[in-house]
Amino acid sequence: MKEELFVSGRNIPNIDPHLNIWHWQIPLYLFLGGLAAGLIFYAGLYTILNKEKEFPTAVKLASFIAPPALVIGLFMLFLDLKHKMYFWQLYTTFRIESPMSWGAWTLMAITPLSFIWSASYLKEVVPGWDWKNKWLDRFEAWVIAYRKQLAWVLVVLAIILGIYTGILLSAFNARPLWNTSILGFLFLTSGLSTGAATIMWMSKNHTERKVFGRIDFLLIVIELFFITHMLMGFQASTEVQIQAASLFLGGDFTVSFWVFVIVLGLVFPGVLEVLEIRGYRIPVAIPALCILIGGLIFRFIMVEAGQVTRYLY
Amino acid sequence: MRYAMAIDTKKCVGCSDCVVACQTENNVPIGYCRDWVTESVTGTYPLVEIEIRSERCNHCDNAPCVRCCPTGASHIVEGGVVMVTHNKCIGCGACIQSCPYDARYSHPEGYVDKCTFCHHRLVEGGRPACVEVCPTRCMYFGDLDQPQSEVSQILARRKWKVLAPEAGTRPQVYFLV
Repeated sequence: MKEELFVSGRNIPNIDPHLNIWHWQIPLYLFLGGLAAGLIFYAGLYTILNKEKEFPTAVKLASFIAPPALVIGLFMLFLDLKHKMYFWQLYTTFRIESPMSWGAWTLMAITPLSFIWSASYLKEVVPGWDWKNKWLDRFEAWVIAYRKQLAWVLVVLAIILGIYTGILLSAFNARPLWNTSILGFLFLTSGLSTGAATIMWMSKNHTERKVFGRIDFLLIVIELFFITHMLMGFQASTEVQIQAASLFLGGDFTVSFWVFVIVLGLVFPGVLEVLEIRGYRIPVAIPALCILIGGLIFRFIMVEAGQVTRYLY
Repeated sequence: MRYAMAIDTKKCVGCSDCVVACQTENNVPIGYCRDWVTESVTGTYPLVEIEIRSERCNHCDNAPCVRCCPTGASHIVEGGVVMVTHNKCIGCGACIQSCPYDARYSHPEGYVDKCTFCHHRLVEGGRPACVEVCPTRCMYFGDLDQPQSEVSQILARRKWKVLAPEAGTRPQVYFLV
């Protein structure tokens, strides 16, 4: 029998401990990007469906969270760069094969558009708001006239943004835990779920709250299915991916993953939402907060754990 | 033209001369390196086997680092050498994540750095510094498209392997076994 005694490997103090190059900035950005994508998606969707009246929070109020979330997210991405003064190089080219290039351009488009979207509702949300500038007034009137078209653009961009937060990770075959094509849709679902939770929490309207509670419950079920599917896919894959999955199935990240992501972030709020549907009075802040915290921890765990996994040779 | 390197694991003694030569030639900051020596011991005493490998960027034919680079700073030049343009690199770390060989590192100045096969020497007709200094002459370098080159000759004669072929990167640093 051949037993591997040890592989001394390399030990380069200034390189090896720093190969996990992505720290807290990236998961925080992935969370904020997903949240913004979710909020923008619902705002656009209910505008396209002509349901602004029934869903005032989703279309108007909650959309005000997206621009600051995107700006903070972008700032996190900037903080993460090691060669900061060259960041503009991102916008000198578009590389179709690079998910990061897609993301950079999507953010470049969606951030100003989401500002414009929210600004066009400022008069309705803040009573007595006045732009005090005739050009801004004209621009606002123009945006309001083309709101439906803007909604279409935002919905498409929000889906790209939501998927991109997952594909950013899944494009790396060198990190087996990330290298699964389901990650894009898993992160999109999670982003839509955090967005729905935020709207549910902010809404004062009973029907809107009920609808978003149901949307959120559906998304939780889909997310649980995707996570199961991801782990099953790893188990049926190559050795490196079996080892990657073992991080969650007995390895270092088992407790944090099952307790915080699955139970606290998905199952518990899911059960509360079922109780709510059944007619129990549940304070809406509890499931909403659980989903938001669960989504944030999920991204931290995926980014951390993914960087531990690698090829063996 | 396709540059490639072959390293004889039966001859390599792990002296790290290649590492020092690279650091000197390429002015690599102290504490960092573009190539390194891996010592892999398998078996149970007394039946143990040791393999020593001088490793570096594999200058892959299907380079994931080049694919994921958002600015085009990582690119492939003539001869298949993977290079990084420093003033195009934003230091996002995507290429570091994408490399199955962990061959890239973040230079203290911010950009990402790695082995270039000593490209500045190649254009003058020379060989990489690590190959030049190897005291056991266990390293071979040359053009795979030339059947007469020393690397083509040795790969035709000897058994070899590449690292993590299952990653699909088609690496161009070969290890003679």
